[in-house]
Amino acid sequence: MYIMIVGGGRAGYYLAKQLVEDGHEVLVIEKDAARCKRIADELGDIVLRGDGCEGITLEAAGTGRADLFIALTGDDEDNLAACQVAKTKFDVPRTVARIDNPKNEAIFKKLGIDTTVSTTALILANIEQELPFHPLIPLLSIKGGGLEIVEGKVPSHSAMVGKRIGELLLPQHCLITLIIDEDGVPRVPVSDTTIRAGDEVVAVCRRESEDALRAVIANPARETE
Amino acid sequence: MGCGRVGAELAVLLERQGQEVIILDIDPDAFGKLPPDFKGSRVVGNGIDQDVLQRLGLAEADAFVAVTPGDNRNAMATQMAKHVFGVPRVVCRIFDPIREELYHGLGLETISPTRVVAQLLKEVLDREPAETPGSEG
Repeated sequence: MYIMIVGGGRAGYYLAKQLVEDGHEVLVIEKDAARCKRIADELGDIVLRGDGCEGITLEAAGTGRADLFIALTGDDEDNLAACQVAKTKFDVPRTVARIDNPKNEAIFKKLGIDTTVSTTALILANIEQELPFHPLIPLLSIKGGGLEIVEGKVPSHSAMVGKRIGELLLPQHCLITLIIDEDGVPRVPVSDTTIRAGDEVVAVCRRESEDALRAVIANPARETE
Repeated sequence: MGCGRVGAELAVLLERQGQEVIILDIDPDAFGKLPPDFKGSRVVGNGIDQDVLQRLGLAEADAFVAVTPGDNRNAMATQMAKHVFGVPRVVCRIFDPIREELYHGLGLETISPTRVVAQLLKEVLDREPAETPGSEG
């Protein structure tokens, strides 16, 4: 396979090294001269100095025959642009973008990037079960009523996952008013609406019910309220 | 998004026209380019962060313009405005003509100052020199 990597930092360097060892044809595109030199010295003539978001550079790099295009710079917007250029201008069959902001995953998917890899999301997925709770984010405090509008994300292990709103045992004075799914599509929930992992749940609740609501959202399936 | 020379100028033009304007920049010092009587909102924040755009109420906006110095930032923010927040009118500055063409093809309204200014300069050069009084060398 011909695999192109944009960004010759640490991640790009080690990925290139592994792929070369596995027998693939690899090209790293990197702006910085010192990084280019390091890769060339250690891995051989597999590096091109230039901006991997620019059509001219990608043309020179033979992007049109790449099987896989991986954007690994430290900036989400550069990785998006590089992959979009590769995909749209050069018809690369598979593009992979590194992202730092996990929320960009849904956006990148929508914009045609085949795969996103988020270090933040990977670490979160590994430690999620051990975190004491998922914070509820207060969105708005309603004056005078002791009521708050809060938002919380449903983790994959939550007892809520797969349940219908009507089945949930919500604390008193608490109403789920909006659900935004992982693709960012908002829905006004009815009692038949099913909760899915990764949904953002927006609820109106009394301040003193917040802890109970947080438990409903974040507690794992084995526990019952 | 982007309170550079162009962003600040455009914000003032729109505000004078009576529009409600919010100008966003990652650097609070950038707002120094706005005149003191500018009545629009100045917001410090990262325009390619979905949460920031949400807090600004972008879904309610009639138009979004991205004029930071970064082509990729502009393209990403504009695509978020259009595809995530459903802003009806989005315009994006992209210096690189190749990327400009590409994003135009993907349905964004784009302007490449590189292309526009080069064209203007060429038109000036194509004209007869007699038009301008050559007072400066």
